[in-house]
Amino acid sequence: MSSTLVTTMDSSPEQAQLLTSTDDAGISPWKDAFHRLLRNKIAVCGIVFLIVEVTACIVFPWFSRYSFETQNLEAALSPPSAQYWLGSDALGRDLLVRILYGGRISLMVGVLATFVTVLVGVVYGAVSGFLGGRTDNVMMRVVDALYALPFVFLVIILMVFFGRNIFLLFIALGLTQWLTMARIVRGQVISLKQKEFIEAAHSMGISNTAIVFRHLIPNSLGPVIVYLTLTIPEVILQEAFLSFLGLGVQAPMASWGTLIASGVGSMEVAPWLLIFPALVLSLTLFSLNFLGDGLRDALDPKGAKD
Amino acid sequence: MASSVPILAIRDLRAHFHTRRGIIKAVDGISFEIQKGETLAIVGESGSGKTVSQLSYLGLLPMPPLRIAGGQAFFHDTDLIKAGKDKLRAVRGDSISMIFQEPMTSLNPYLKIGTQLIEPLCLHRKLSKKEAWKVASESLEKVGIADAARTMHSYPHEFSGGMRQRVMIAMAITTKPEVLIADEPTTALDVTIQAQILELLGELKKETGMSIILITHDLGIVASVADKVLVMYGGKMMEEATAHELFSASSHPYTTALLKSTPRVDIPQEVLPVIGGSPPDLSKLSPGCPFYDRCALRLDACKETAPKPCSLSPSHRSFCHLETVQ
Repeated sequence: MSSTLVTTMDSSPEQAQLLTSTDDAGISPWKDAFHRLLRNKIAVCGIVFLIVEVTACIVFPWFSRYSFETQNLEAALSPPSAQYWLGSDALGRDLLVRILYGGRISLMVGVLATFVTVLVGVVYGAVSGFLGGRTDNVMMRVVDALYALPFVFLVIILMVFFGRNIFLLFIALGLTQWLTMARIVRGQVISLKQKEFIEAAHSMGISNTAIVFRHLIPNSLGPVIVYLTLTIPEVILQEAFLSFLGLGVQAPMASWGTLIASGVGSMEVAPWLLIFPALVLSLTLFSLNFLGDGLRDALDPKGAKD
Repeated sequence: MASSVPILAIRDLRAHFHTRRGIIKAVDGISFEIQKGETLAIVGESGSGKTVSQLSYLGLLPMPPLRIAGGQAFFHDTDLIKAGKDKLRAVRGDSISMIFQEPMTSLNPYLKIGTQLIEPLCLHRKLSKKEAWKVASESLEKVGIADAARTMHSYPHEFSGGMRQRVMIAMAITTKPEVLIADEPTTALDVTIQAQILELLGELKKETGMSIILITHDLGIVASVADKVLVMYGGKMMEEATAHELFSASSHPYTTALLKSTPRVDIPQEVLPVIGGSPPDLSKLSPGCPFYDRCALRLDACKETAPKPCSLSPSHRSFCHLETVQ
C-alpha cells in the first residue's frame, strides 16, 4: 500500500487518476501481505521448492519407466547411476520413484490432516472464544484434557480398532493436532471480540453465527495460516514416525517415513537409501518453515523487523 | 413538539453490573423521551453511564454481568427491555442504528467497504446483493463521498479517520433508521473533520427526519447541534433541559460547574476552573446525590436522601435539593 501511496502523491493528478483507476478493485490486506511475502527471498525459495516438489510428485511417476513396486533383483542395492538416478533398494526398486510416490503420501497426509486440524481447531476455538464465560471454560478444559492424552496411544488404538486405513491416519493425526490451533484461534477471537467493528456488527443486528464466520474467523486467519505451515511439517514428521513404527502406510506403498525406516537398516551398505529420503524430507520441512516465517512477517508488517 | 408521541421513551432505566466487587449501578433511574427529528445530547464525564444507558436497552451488553434492574424502553409500542433477542436484533441496525467513537477500528479490515455496507440491507430489508449494493452506494454519496462506486470496492485501510467515520455513518443510515445513536462520533477526529461530521449529521437529520441521540462530553457540540440535553453523573440524571435552557439558565450545581470548566475564548482566563475531586466509585454509592462529595453547594440532606426531580419549566427538570429548598 505504501508504494502506491507514495507514487500517487508524487505524480500529477492525471497520473494519479490513471494509477488508481488501474487497481479499481482496491487492495485487500491479503493482497498486500502477498506482495510483502514475494519480497522475502528465502520464503520465495521455499515456495518454489515446494511447487517443484509437488509437481514432481504428481507428474513424474506417470512418465517414469518404473512403478513404485517394479522389482529388479539383479540390480538390487545399486548406487545412483544413469539407470537408477538415486540408486535402488534391496529389491531393485527405483528409489527416485519411490521417494516421489512416498512424497504423494506424505504430502497428502500433511495437507489433509492439517485441513482437518484447521477445520476443527478454528471452529472450536472461535466458538469457545466468542461465547466466553462458562462455556469457554468447559471447552478449554476439554482441550487441556485432550492435551494430556498420549497421542501415539490414541493412534494405535484407532488403528487396532478400525484397521490400517490411510484416511483414518489423516483423521487421527488431524484430531490430535487441532488443540493448539483451537487455542490460537480462541486467543485471537477474544482479543478481536473487543474491537469496535464487532460491536458495530452487533449494533447492526447481525446474528452471532454471521459475526463468527464473517468477521471473527477471517480476521484471525493470519496466525492460523502461519501455524498451518508449521503444522504440515509436524504432521509429516508424525506420519514418518508412525510409519517408522509400522503403523503408517503398508508395503509395498511407501512414504518418506517408511523409506527412511528401511534406509536406516541398510545404512552401512547402501547409504543413499537413507540420505536421499532424509534429504527430501528435511528440505520440505525447511521450505515449509521458511514459508511460515515469511508469512508471519508478511501478515504482521508491524511486528516484522527489517 | 412536546405534545406528540415520542419515538423512543426510556422510563426509569436501571442497568447494574453484578461483579465480584459488588453491584455497580452504572445507570440508575434514567428517563428521557425523544420525538421525531429531535436531537438529544447526553452529557457527562467518563464513566457517568452515558454509553451504558444506551447500549443496555438495545441488548448490546453481555448479560451477565449486566442486569436490567428495572425500567422500560418503549420504541413506539414495543418495550425493548421485555423484547426477546430476535426482536431486538431486528430493531438494531434497522430502526435504531449506532455509530461509534473509533472510526479507525469500526470497520472490518478484511472486507471491502461495500461488502460491509450491504450487510444490514441484506439482513433487514431482504434486498438482493445487487440491489443492496446500489442503495449502499447511494448512501455513500449522501455522506459526501465523491467516488462512491470505487469506494465500495476499497478496503478500510485505504481511508483516513474522517472518511471512515463517513462510511460508518453511511452504514448506519442505509436502512433509514428512525433513531441514530451516535456515541461520541467526533472524539477521535480532529477539529475540522469534527465540524464536517456534525454538519453532515445535521443535514442527514433534516433530510430524513430521523432522531439523533448524541453521546458526548463536549459541551461545544451540545450547544451547536442539540435540541435537548440530559446531564448525567454517577449513573444518575442531574438535569434535563432544552439546549437553550441549559446554557442560559442551568440550575444544577454539577451542570453549572461543568459549564464553568469549559474553556472560553471570549473571556480572559488565567486558570481553567475545574471540578475538584474525582468521579465516585459506582459500587460504593450512598443513597444520596452522587455529586455530594464534590458539590460546592451541598446541603446536609444531599448525603442521605436522593433528590426529587424538580420542574423548572415543562422541558426543564433538575435533580437537586437546592431547588426544593428554595
